[in-house]
Amino acid sequence: MTIDETPRGPGPGGETPAMAQPRSGARDLERYAGLFARRTQVMKSSAMRDLMAVTARPEVISLAGGLPDTSTFPAEDFSALMARVGVDDAARALQYGPTEGLVEVKDPIAQVMAAEGMEVEPDDLLVTTGGQQVIDLVCKTLIDPGDVVIAEAPTYPGAVPVFVSYQADVVQIEMDEHGMRIDVLEAELERLDAEGRLPKFIYTVPSFQNPTGVTLSLERRRRLVEIARRRELLVLEDNPYGMLRYEGSPLPTLYSLDGGEYVIYLGTFSKILSPGLRLGWTAAPRPVLDKLNLGKGAVDLCSSPLSQLFVRAYFAERDWLSYVRSLTGLYRRRRDIMLEALAEHFPPEATWTRPRGGLFIWARLPDYIDTTDLLARALRDHVAFVPGRAAYLDGRGGSEMRLNFSGVGDEEIREGIRRIGKVVREQVGLYGTLTGAEPVRPAVAPPPSGVSGSAAEAPSGPSGGVPEPDAARVLPLRRRTG
Amino acid sequence: MRVAVLKGGDSLERQVSLRSGARVEHALERLGHDVVAIDVGADLVDRLGAERPDVAFVALHGRGGEDGTVQELLELLGIPYTASGPSACIRCTDKVLAKHALRDAEVPTPDFYAFSQAAFEELGAARALPAIEERLDFPIVVKPAGQGSALGIKFARTPGDVPGAIVAAFSYDTKVLLERHVAGRDLAVSVLEGVDGGPEALPVVEAVPNEEDFYDFEARYEIGRTTFTCPAELPAEVASRARELALAAYRVLGCYGFARVDLMLDEASGELTVLEADVIPGLTDTSLLPLAAEAAGISFEALIARVLELAVARAPP
Repeated sequence: MTIDETPRGPGPGGETPAMAQPRSGARDLERYAGLFARRTQVMKSSAMRDLMAVTARPEVISLAGGLPDTSTFPAEDFSALMARVGVDDAARALQYGPTEGLVEVKDPIAQVMAAEGMEVEPDDLLVTTGGQQVIDLVCKTLIDPGDVVIAEAPTYPGAVPVFVSYQADVVQIEMDEHGMRIDVLEAELERLDAEGRLPKFIYTVPSFQNPTGVTLSLERRRRLVEIARRRELLVLEDNPYGMLRYEGSPLPTLYSLDGGEYVIYLGTFSKILSPGLRLGWTAAPRPVLDKLNLGKGAVDLCSSPLSQLFVRAYFAERDWLSYVRSLTGLYRRRRDIMLEALAEHFPPEATWTRPRGGLFIWARLPDYIDTTDLLARALRDHVAFVPGRAAYLDGRGGSEMRLNFSGVGDEEIREGIRRIGKVVREQVGLYGTLTGAEPVRPAVAPPPSGVSGSAAEAPSGPSGGVPEPDAARVLPLRRRTG
Repeated sequence: MRVAVLKGGDSLERQVSLRSGARVEHALERLGHDVVAIDVGADLVDRLGAERPDVAFVALHGRGGEDGTVQELLELLGIPYTASGPSACIRCTDKVLAKHALRDAEVPTPDFYAFSQAAFEELGAARALPAIEERLDFPIVVKPAGQGSALGIKFARTPGDVPGAIVAAFSYDTKVLLERHVAGRDLAVSVLEGVDGGPEALPVVEAVPNEEDFYDFEARYEIGRTTFTCPAELPAEVASRARELALAAYRVLGCYGFARVDLMLDEASGELTVLEADVIPGLTDTSLLPLAAEAAGISFEALIARVLELAVARAPP
């Protein structure tokens, strides 16, 4: 067989070999690629996607999800309520509805917002297909390619593809244990000002943030709202977890502090009732809401009337707050189990957050550990987490990880953290061997003085028992230059 | 013929394998074969026993499927299968073994040093790192010995980067490779065997990064971030040398059926070196072997038909 090397394919004599194809291979390869819009080039690498695909296998204990536990919702309640919808409202449940949402679902929404200290008029609300749609609609409404969006560092990983798909220029603001650093925010705003760039909006998850679990302090909430007013910037307040508080007193939302002038509020039934309903909402200043409504009409005409009528029936006939209380009890216990397991199994070099609510803990490992590679190692031990890079758009977060405690059982949390801790210790030990920094035997090494991390594994340590989770070190989050 | 397409599995390249497998199934059906798709798992032997295929098309990538494990099992079960046998699989999947074999046979490959985790933990190999760094010069490429995709490959630009890069590579394997970095052009030559004529090198493919993402390995194989040209725009003598080297590597490593050989063309010296060989290259819409075959006038179906024919031809009577 002779194979021609000239770029044209067929030989110089112009004869086409018997099996030749009319189009060139290179063009065939890019047949579709050439048609894709630039905004489809999502940041997340294919390697990371491949890794995440393996986390879904049944034998893997996945602390990578962000799932609420729907197994505790009473099945008989579910079927009774669905039957109720069928009897009362079959035709409407099966029909299209208004884009802004059915009027009947706005009362339950007002109840949920009232429980967090907010007052809202039905006309200020737009019912959406999950909270995720609000992020999309806000970007669709506000963002031209290259516009600046401010977000936390790290930010909700699910918002990253939305920002990328609208070609936003995302500036991520460092956090500490009190949430987004407002001083850093102000410095960034000044810098952008000097460049003549006005950010379109500030995206924040102020309560029990995804992914860190950190809550924005009251003082910073006030300052953030004040900055938004002074600079006439919008804030997108994403609040899926506000009701899932396990300790401490509730803080006012940005929406209530601002009175709905510069804050677009995002709420959802996903964490207090069910994500399968795909039902969320937004409350926003009227002119913004009108644009969001137009955008939603173009995307999906309306959110499922079946889901909306189910919510109506649920709020009319069941005590939604008592279900939320049962969830907070369940998740509080799981959080405590995860914190205990972290203190027992993670090496002293690791730090992590201690969230007072929500679904996630954020851990930070020494800089020399790459959590994307660590995930590949952890998957061999059938355990998974979200590598930190997924929560940044700028390549930061390489040594960080998100751990979920709501969607897995107690024993799986303990075992999952034990397995991750084992591979982390292995890598810390190996790095020590390579650099001559410390001896190789992390499993039996006595704990450094006063640090609780490895006390439980010290054969003759003074405490012996499980360390107090409160002693876990609070995570100093990564600096912008880091 | 009744053909079992083995795909999926639990390697990190599961997703690519599922896509390769789906495309192969489609082609086999169009060729008129009776196709059984098997997502490889704990029930593989039972499935093969129940389905009784005449031949197995191995569309697995990565650990388990490409490292000789499945091939050994198919030998045992007496089921003819596509592409290389266990020994070539073992040699090619382990980049260290492959590079030693190439070097022994005087097929040029970038200088390298390889270590097991035990060497560092029990033999104090860390003490040898400064000497290696001096000989290889920075940047050094650090790779896990047995990972097929870009995962775990890191550039160490300074001595301070080396330990972290080694730790990352050990996430994938118990053996790592420190390799001299070749600055230049990224080439791939696929080799396809003729049913009677022996192996032939297909036209050279070049991967050209769209941006100057020079150190981003992942970007190199991602659609939209890399442009693949085939045949690569190379002087005729360079292209023919690349194909000669690919054939030499194919033979030295003992491959069968098809394989893809990755090479580097050193920008400064013009020297060609072989990086590695992949015994079950990707067979997706965007993979390089089908691209090269098509440039040579061999359609995907013809490619699949030939590989299948070779599998049957190799089977003991």
